[in-house]
Amino acid sequence: MNPPTLLSVEHLTMRFGGLIAVDDVSFSVEQGAIHALIGPNGAGKTTVFNCLTGFYKPTVGRITLHSPESRTPFLLEQMDDYRIVREAKVVRTFQNIRTFPKMSVLENLMVAQHNHLMRASGWTFLGLIGAPSFRHAEAESVERAEYWIGRTGLAEYADTEAGALPYGEQRRLEIARAMCCDPVLLCLDEPAAGLNPSETEELSELIGYIRDHHHISVLLIEHDMSMVMGVSDHIVVLDYGQKIAEGAPETVRNDPAVVQAYLGSDDEDEAGESEDTTS
Amino acid sequence: MNSPHAASLRDAALVAGIAGILAFPFVGLLLTTEGTAPTLSTRFPEFAGAVVVIFFGRLGISAARRGHGLLPLVLGLAMAAGGAFSLVVEATGLGASGTAIWHAFVPGTFLSTVACAGGIAIAGLAGRNYLMQGRQPAERTPLPMGQLLLWLGIALAGFAILLPLLPGVDRRLIDVATLVLTYVMLGWGLNIVVGLAGLLDLGYVAFYAVGAYSYALLSVTFGWSFWVCLPVAGALAALFGILLGFPVLRLRGDYLAIVTLGFGEMIRIILLNWYDFTNGPDGITNIGRPSFFGLPFASKPEQGTESFHTFFGVAYDPVHRLIFMYYLILALAFVTNAFTLRIRRLPIGRAWEALREDEIACRSLGVNPRNTKLSAFAIGAMFAGFAGSFFATRQGFVSPESFTFIESAILVAIVVLGGMGSQIGVAVAAIILVGLPEYFRELQEYRMLAFGMGMVLIMLWRPGGLLTHREPTIRTRPAPA
Amino acid sequence: MNDESGRDSGRIRIRVMDYFAQQFINGVSLGAIYGLIAIGYTMVYGIIGMINFAHGEIYMIGAFIALMAVVAFGISEGGLVVLALLSALLVSMALTSLYGWVLERVAYRPLRGTQRLAALISAIGMSIALQNYVQLTQGARVKTLPPIIRGGFEFQFGNTEFIVRLSTLQILIVVVTLALMAIFALLIAKTALGRAQRACQQDQSMAALLGVNVDRTISLTFVMGAALASVAGLMVTLYYGVIDFFVGFIAGVKAFTAAVLGGIGSIPGAMLGGLLIGLTEAMWSGYFSIEYKDVATFSILVIVLIFLPTGILGTPEVEKV
Repeated sequence: MNPPTLLSVEHLTMRFGGLIAVDDVSFSVEQGAIHALIGPNGAGKTTVFNCLTGFYKPTVGRITLHSPESRTPFLLEQMDDYRIVREAKVVRTFQNIRTFPKMSVLENLMVAQHNHLMRASGWTFLGLIGAPSFRHAEAESVERAEYWIGRTGLAEYADTEAGALPYGEQRRLEIARAMCCDPVLLCLDEPAAGLNPSETEELSELIGYIRDHHHISVLLIEHDMSMVMGVSDHIVVLDYGQKIAEGAPETVRNDPAVVQAYLGSDDEDEAGESEDTTS
Repeated sequence: MNSPHAASLRDAALVAGIAGILAFPFVGLLLTTEGTAPTLSTRFPEFAGAVVVIFFGRLGISAARRGHGLLPLVLGLAMAAGGAFSLVVEATGLGASGTAIWHAFVPGTFLSTVACAGGIAIAGLAGRNYLMQGRQPAERTPLPMGQLLLWLGIALAGFAILLPLLPGVDRRLIDVATLVLTYVMLGWGLNIVVGLAGLLDLGYVAFYAVGAYSYALLSVTFGWSFWVCLPVAGALAALFGILLGFPVLRLRGDYLAIVTLGFGEMIRIILLNWYDFTNGPDGITNIGRPSFFGLPFASKPEQGTESFHTFFGVAYDPVHRLIFMYYLILALAFVTNAFTLRIRRLPIGRAWEALREDEIACRSLGVNPRNTKLSAFAIGAMFAGFAGSFFATRQGFVSPESFTFIESAILVAIVVLGGMGSQIGVAVAAIILVGLPEYFRELQEYRMLAFGMGMVLIMLWRPGGLLTHREPTIRTRPAPA
Repeated sequence: MNDESGRDSGRIRIRVMDYFAQQFINGVSLGAIYGLIAIGYTMVYGIIGMINFAHGEIYMIGAFIALMAVVAFGISEGGLVVLALLSALLVSMALTSLYGWVLERVAYRPLRGTQRLAALISAIGMSIALQNYVQLTQGARVKTLPPIIRGGFEFQFGNTEFIVRLSTLQILIVVVTLALMAIFALLIAKTALGRAQRACQQDQSMAALLGVNVDRTISLTFVMGAALASVAGLMVTLYYGVIDFFVGFIAGVKAFTAAVLGGIGSIPGAMLGGLLIGLTEAMWSGYFSIEYKDVATFSILVIVLIFLPTGILGTPEVEKV
């Protein structure tokens, strides 16, 4: 029996002027699974992410989220970015890290629980008078943040400015922060970029842990093939904005179209990049 | 002559040369209008004096920077002495009565002051070089900034509370202190908008004006008392903040700056021209003064009522009201500060700071950017409204003249110089930018010139602001002692 | 400027046309001047992404130097007016450019790469300092210049008393502005400097890696902006015959509005924006109220930014995520 579908993307197309970044792409994400979106540079992967999370409005297409927390599905292409996080609970990270550099790690994770805490603070009024209900909610939020701080191995940095963290820790902070939003679908944009092999290994474990223990689906963009093949349940391959293959890691690995896309003109690029990441 | 000195000389000559070319039309020439025809006269002594001062000043600075001791010390002392000499000559009138030769050496108060101050600074730098000679720069241990700032804050607050009681404090000082506190309060209000939420508002004075006019009109038209008008004025200013902010808050930083500047000017122009409502440039007079819990500060209370001095059985002294005003603004400022410190630790405050750091990341975490910005804008405006009410009641008079762009510029400067979000930084910056110049009113004419140059210099010296330390709003464990 | 003598005459329809034509001419002349100042804003914003708040003061300084040069060369009517005016223009352009260069060098360059607000605060500080510098050295009273270039054309449509005037000076202003704009458009499109500018606009660090001297390019941008502002300064002095130390502020804000309206970063856009602002101001003054003409300008700014954030000729920006 197939697990229920969480996200379905149908005929997604994104045009920037004359450039077609994503061209009629359809795929779906199952509940409680790790899906990967791969493809050479410029294939349109991040654009798909931006459409899913409301940062771009797609030119054509429908993105439906069947959230287990809601009876009616969400039409993500019609929602503002912050509402997608708040209501549909699709949360993303960024390829180029976007922490709040001057705020501490804990504060970063508290901002992620903003909507919950705003309600608890009675839109600030209860908070101003220091109502016990708010203090209680805040303590809970700190607890949740501390859980993810521990889970991502940031305990020693909890009160440090995010901007002062080493690179790998900043990447993990972004994942911890996304998890504090309580997502049903977590979208990770190249989480392993710039990490060394042992850090990448830890990251794979973390992603697996998130799926297995929190039953959260993950959609992953990644260039590190060994990681993608190791961690994913299902892979979608994009090239020049079009879906060229899809299936289990084994199937995709041996697909001639995928081999062609990766061994084509982009080959040297990829080699150069993986060298960078391992050095 | 050894080469480092030659390099210094060349550099000083170059700088003096360029400065000379730039200064020539404005310092060396004077444009006057006779009838309708303009005429041009020369002021070469002043011009030559300026170039000479720049040359030696630059020489002294660059020599001191290169670590020399003797040359800059001598130069600095000579400049200071020369400046002081010409100041004395001018003050004693020797320059006016003496022969023409005096004039050649007396290039005017401003230049003499600059020479004198610059000379002292250069000599100071040189002196430090002497002291540091042969010594390794001391190992810097990171100071516990959080603790230090806390104590500095407590000390400043204590000083502010005790100020009117200190010996030797006169009306003038209380007046200046009241003014400074008004700016501190406005700075703290604007700090919410600029420092915490990162929204560059160059028209903050508009809300100050709304508050002042609200109070003035309510007081004059309906005779409402200060304590009733205060919240109304704050609410009206906040409402204006929401109305103005709603359409423009999604604009990027610099655009927002210029649009808010436009709003500030629009409000001033409307106040200036809407005679029926605001009485135009003449302003509104006879605004009610606040009372001390119902006791007015009047020398002769109306029949059958008591005033402050009769009630307390002390002799009438106009300074009572000044002191009351001082404590009033001090209390308002403290409220603003307490509010800001508290709201920083609430979710909305954290969202403001997060928005300042990275708006896109905020959106990716479900923070509604528009509402969050609007709340900062409205709360900031509300405090400006409170301060405006205070301003109106203190002056007893409001006119559009008090709400020009320069006030907004000063306030933004206070927040940015203070260090974007640092409450103590704002207070320190307000004292430096408003208090010091106000206390040197003798140099009135040069005040704004020095103010503008000071803004540039402090930014060059500390681009991040005076106090850049930031305490996290929440910790997993208590702060280290 | 607002010749209203025709208002009481009988033939309403023709009078309306005439009045409109007059305001149109005035608006275009004014708009050309705003456009010249706006080019300085737009180029600087395009290349380093900051509002050069002191640019209005650079324009004011240009106007002062131009007036001094005009007086120094003893220009009066007749004789070699054109040649002498040209010399005054060159002197003013040279000195004002130097001001622009020093401004960038002293107040902005050391702050490049620090927090974005630092440079803006520095610019506001410079604006205040320059205003007061001129006030202190030259006095707060207005400086006047009697008209030097007189003459022009007068049109009379039909049988009305209202005469539409198009002065030689107005023609000169528009011609000089158009010529300068053409020269600058060519400069940016064809020369190495223009290429370097466009490269820095796109990506400064990449441009530097490819051998573009970024510092020099930025300096030259300020120099060009200041030179154009000084031309505007001279023309304003000739046109209105009155300047003081405060003319830079409001002209600067309006010119910046023009730059935004036309699409920031675009030189033709700056010109177009200038014209629209000039026309709005003239029409508003002519038909509604002079007092509120600045309110009209600011309202346009707000409306444009809300509904057309990239301006008329600006390129739409895709948010980088």
